[in-house]
Amino acid sequence: MSKPLKQIHLAAHFPGVNNTTVWSDPEAGSHIEFSSFAHFARTAERAKFDFLFLAEGLRLREQGGKIYDLDVVGRPDTFTVLAALAAVTEHLGLTGTINSTFNEPYEVARQFASLDHLSGGRAAWNVVTSWDAFTGENFRRGGFLPQQERYSRAKEFLATANELFDSWHGDEIVADPATGTFLRDAKAGAFEHRGRHFDIHGQFNVPRSPQGRPVIFQAGDSEEGREFAAAGADAIFSRYSTLDAGRAFYTDVKSRLAKYGRRTDQLLILPAATFVLGDTDAEAEDLAKEVRRRQVSGATAIKHLEFVWNRDLSSYDPDGPLPDIDPDVGDHHISQGRAQVRMYRDPLATAREWRELAAANRWSIRDLVIETGNRQAFIGSPATVAKTINDFVQADASDGFILVPHLTPGGLDPFADKVVPLLQEQGVFRTEYEGPTLRDHLGLAHPDEVRDERAAS
Amino acid sequence: MSSSPSPLHLAVALDGAGWHPAAWREPVARPHELLTAAYWTDLVTEAERGLLDFVTIEDSLGLQSSSATEPDDRTDQVRGRLDAVLIAARVAPLTRHIGVVPTVVATHTEPFHISKAIATLDYVSSGRAGLRVQVTARRNEAAHFGRRTFPPFRIEDYDTPAVQDVVTDIFDEAADHVEVVRRLWDSWEDDAEIRDVATGRFVDRDKLHHIDFDGRFFSVKGPSITPRPPQGQPIVSALAHATVPYRLVARAADIGYVTPHDADQARAVVAEIRAEQTAADRADDTLHVFGDLVVFLDDDPAEAAARRERLDVLAGHPYTSDARIFTGTPSQLADLLQELQSAGLSGFRLRPAVAGHDLPAITRGLVPELQRRDAFRRAYEADTLRGLLGLARPANRYADAAHA
Repeated sequence: MSKPLKQIHLAAHFPGVNNTTVWSDPEAGSHIEFSSFAHFARTAERAKFDFLFLAEGLRLREQGGKIYDLDVVGRPDTFTVLAALAAVTEHLGLTGTINSTFNEPYEVARQFASLDHLSGGRAAWNVVTSWDAFTGENFRRGGFLPQQERYSRAKEFLATANELFDSWHGDEIVADPATGTFLRDAKAGAFEHRGRHFDIHGQFNVPRSPQGRPVIFQAGDSEEGREFAAAGADAIFSRYSTLDAGRAFYTDVKSRLAKYGRRTDQLLILPAATFVLGDTDAEAEDLAKEVRRRQVSGATAIKHLEFVWNRDLSSYDPDGPLPDIDPDVGDHHISQGRAQVRMYRDPLATAREWRELAAANRWSIRDLVIETGNRQAFIGSPATVAKTINDFVQADASDGFILVPHLTPGGLDPFADKVVPLLQEQGVFRTEYEGPTLRDHLGLAHPDEVRDERAAS
Repeated sequence: MSSSPSPLHLAVALDGAGWHPAAWREPVARPHELLTAAYWTDLVTEAERGLLDFVTIEDSLGLQSSSATEPDDRTDQVRGRLDAVLIAARVAPLTRHIGVVPTVVATHTEPFHISKAIATLDYVSSGRAGLRVQVTARRNEAAHFGRRTFPPFRIEDYDTPAVQDVVTDIFDEAADHVEVVRRLWDSWEDDAEIRDVATGRFVDRDKLHHIDFDGRFFSVKGPSITPRPPQGQPIVSALAHATVPYRLVARAADIGYVTPHDADQARAVVAEIRAEQTAADRADDTLHVFGDLVVFLDDDPAEAAARRERLDVLAGHPYTSDARIFTGTPSQLADLLQELQSAGLSGFRLRPAVAGHDLPAITRGLVPELQRRDAFRRAYEADTLRGLLGLARPANRYADAAHA
């Protein structure tokens, strides 16, 4: 018995402030000017994508005590760009990453509720949590949170925001000029939250928005992250992995939903994915290799090696052999403001392994960093990439992808022009938007329907 | 003396259906659309049609209230609103010349977030952004954040030493807030992004600056995550009614909104602000002082008065305001504006009593009247809000320090 074809969900991640983004390309445009965001969003909407995705970082990265200058540096404010993009798009979902550590629920809730109103129901929130004193130095309330409490704060932050979103039900505004009744209830928006991290009460001042609540994303695939997502997120923004690993992750996360009274279609799994297209698979492979070399300049290779070695390696030749000295395993890390460095839990072992790899393959430092770095998720002709994506989704390794182009702002254009039509021909991707809201695109019910459903069962 | 020294500046203050509490009940009001993008786009587009310098957008961190100190539990007035910065951002790409100046509340917010939000508003509007900074000592709004409390006070106690201490503190905090916002705007030099392919460097990090602000209320390291905005320094403005807020205007703002009820009061207020400006060592800076006026505008003065009376009946009491309430014709209003201008005001922020009526009356009645008198622009003469206000693009404070 064959099951019906799943519909693929696609999103566009604006190129980030890391070395995936090739700013040195002659076609690379501004990362700040609104025209770049508008171009990117219009391409995504032309291709009928579900949503656009913006990341966030609240302190410029430093390495060796200096601002890291080899990648794109700087970005605009997430909320402000998304609100402006609502003016130049009609259907595209607008997903923003907003930190739960360096904000307060009342303010974030009113910003997301406002964005949802101003976009006619297209807002989504990627809830992230970070705690480092480094980023905290930019904030008046930056220093109050012990590191181990960041998940409990994130959980309570989201729960509190939901209480604020739900404090208006949608029928309070009567606005009847004849009787002079504007509000049905003087206590509209009343809330009271007494918790460990937030002790707040009063009245929320943004009435119920079109989606009720913004669509909620959880980023990352840690144990705690999976549980957080199963309990209350609408989608997971995960790392791309192999088909088998993807299926295992998918099965694991979806199996956690039942204990929260949720169905498997109430949480979407959307890994981030890079891509390189060519006329033929062979041409795409060559291009992809070239892109990887451009993503890792000699200077970048040295800096990435420093993530593991945790010491200044600027005297080493990127085209020469790996350092003989061992990593510094002290508490202080050479790189600040970067999540990636936590991946190397045992730097001595990683260094040993890399030396062996480099020796066996006659790799220079730069070769090693390129070869041990991520390959692009999808490399091939449009037909190959369309097939790979569809196979992945139909095999339940994901529900779609958040595509990360390496060029700003035109990097999504070839995908929109060449891959999307193939997916549409196969009947696995929409040719028109079916509804106005992001929940419509993602097949997610309005929170009121979900509540009614739970109450009835 | 009837000749006006130079064209005056005009802004309009947008708030819900208008400033009169019964404005939403007028047939031209769109009370069910106050939370939609279309409503705000129409208002700002209308203001741009009248060549106004900018719009301000009201905001607050709590439900609107007719009381200055606490919620009023009323159900007969507009309640509920959207974040003003996001309204401004939503409207900016659909307009080309008019400045967008949302209200931001300094008291409970992070200057780092506000700085990058307004910088970004400046990018999405191509150099037309500003902010109107506001403070709040409302206890109910503090409870929305749960990080601090304020003592209870009645507005009649405003002049008592205890209340003045609180007021002075929150205005000092606002001054620090604006200082951090401004330093962060300058924390990237204009040419910091170099994209030097030869060396692989995207930025010249010598042109990125820690701001190292360490004050009584907070400390902020910097630099901003957002490069210096197109105007360098977007416009900072504040409403002020007394010495403490005048001092904030004099220390930190490009525009102060004041509420004199006649030319003598205007002269006195301007003199006080100029004295504070000198005390703050800013005597050479352009600091606009705008008069705020609530306006009921009709071609027939009797009609304007009747409309005001009708609204007052609906509201159940006569409308009062901190600002002078003008009722009359565009020509009468033009006379008043020119009289107040000669007392030292360089522009006006008009508060339409009914947005759907008095805003078009400003753009289609008052503006042509002022143009006939050579007292207002006939076309936009600049691409940025600073340009419209006659303010040069400022040098970067850190560029001077670094290369001196």
